Amino acid sequence: MTELATETDRRAGADSLSFKGIGMIFPDGTEAVRDTSFTVAKGEFVTIVGPSGCGKSTLLKIASGLLEATSGEVMVDRDRLGYVFQDATLLPWRTVLGNVELLAELHGFHRDERRRLALEAIDTVGLAGFANHYPKSLSGGMKMRASLARTLTLKPPVFLFDEPFGAVDEITREHLNEETQRLFQSEGFAGLFITHSISEAVFMSTRVLVMSARPGRIVAEYEIPFSYPRSPELRFDPEFARLSGEVSHALRGSHS
Amino acid sequence: MSIDTSTDDRSDLTEAETTEAPTGARPRARGGILSGNVIPPVILGAFVVAGWYGITYGLLDARRRFLLKPPHEVIAQGFLDWSTFSEMLSGLWSSTQVAMIGLAISIGIGFLFATVMSQAKMIERAVFPFMVTLQAIPILAIVPLISFWWGTGQRSRIIVCVIISLFPIIVNTLFGLQSAERGMHDLFTLHHANRLTRLRKLMFPAALPAIFAGLRISAGLSVIGAIVGDFFFGRGDVGIGQLLRRYANQLMGEELLAAVILSSALGVTVFMTFGWLQTIAIGKWHETSGGGA
Repeated sequence: MTELATETDRRAGADSLSFKGIGMIFPDGTEAVRDTSFTVAKGEFVTIVGPSGCGKSTLLKIASGLLEATSGEVMVDRDRLGYVFQDATLLPWRTVLGNVELLAELHGFHRDERRRLALEAIDTVGLAGFANHYPKSLSGGMKMRASLARTLTLKPPVFLFDEPFGAVDEITREHLNEETQRLFQSEGFAGLFITHSISEAVFMSTRVLVMSARPGRIVAEYEIPFSYPRSPELRFDPEFARLSGEVSHALRGSHS
Repeated sequence: MSIDTSTDDRSDLTEAETTEAPTGARPRARGGILSGNVIPPVILGAFVVAGWYGITYGLLDARRRFLLKPPHEVIAQGFLDWSTFSEMLSGLWSSTQVAMIGLAISIGIGFLFATVMSQAKMIERAVFPFMVTLQAIPILAIVPLISFWWGTGQRSRIIVCVIISLFPIIVNTLFGLQSAERGMHDLFTLHHANRLTRLRKLMFPAALPAIFAGLRISAGLSVIGAIVGDFFFGRGDVGIGQLLRRYANQLMGEELLAAVILSSALGVTVFMTFGWLQTIAIGKWHETSGGGA
């Protein structure tokens, strides 16, 4: 924690990702996001919670350049942006190894280099014995790990997570949450995570933003003070429950 | 980084193992399926042969028996008489060549068109109505045109074959190229993949299952096309279709039936060959790509 904190301090002011007055109105007239501004600094893990369809994912698409915002501006280095999708989006014709190598391949890394990066990342997410398996023989949780590993190969300074664990069961999700916060700690990226699970948000984040129903706006912000690494038992901590309650309350308020 | 070997990993592992169990057990399972696949059709085949005899000797009186010669005479005169059989084999070979050349041309044209159409909605919209029109033309209607332009030899037979087998390849390839998920396209977009990379590493592999579905249909159609072409265009090499026509005209019932059996054997062989190629090419990763038939 201390090391991470000092590094954040040193880079104070140098935000990894910042949204300034972002608004998004789709061609069909739907207003997805309204006047949203926030920043994610290095060493921060920010989670946005909000009801379904509130424009959370839209923010990530804008950050990554997949969508062009109708107003406002985003500042981020898009060259090495990590993006973990809602689905694992593994190519079914490639093995785990082939899938994890893909991004380094698209970025023109040398064969040996991308093999090395891929094996390292596969090891990091605990899929070591499964490098030669095809996605069809993996469980949902393992597919998500492979997807995480694929993003890790580029060692991105900014990681965007678009509700990646929404489709896996509760227990798998908790394990993936624990591993994600451990990765956050060991890799030192700036994270922006989208979810509608409050406990997932509070468990992993340094900061939680609550977004209102469409058009999405940030309506509340909570600092999560727990130090890293966070143990699974943190979920039973009274302070954890209190913070979750507050977030939940804000979320309910935003619905009405 | 330490690896969390907790329930999650273990449940993942067991799940992976259970999903893989069928793959591991395949040879055995296949043996079971094989016997299951072989015995019922053999029994049905026996009934068909018995029914055939019944019709030949029971229903048809001696004067009309030439309409359906009994199986053993078909075998004796059609398959065991070497001069007839070799004539049929060379006809079959000629038709096979036409079918394969026609199919190869269809694949070439089909891939090219589908790839170009997949690159822009505009091109797809422009080309598609003409494809449908080409498909809808009754082959009989353009036979005179084909013979007018290209004569009555092998070239015309190949052209008939291409016209008949082209459409499924274009449609299936195009459908396949468009089948890659949105998220995968986003992934390639995020990492600045160019058109060619996207086509090579995403769209084409994603299209393979549909391509093979199209190939199997078109391979069957190319055989039909070759035989239909034989009927109309008889110059040069004699195809099996020409022989069918000749045997029918000369009331050579045994040879006619033998030629029909050979033609359908060719169709089945081609169809199964592509099924087998499909299993080799995509069987390892594709969820539902079945066996050879």
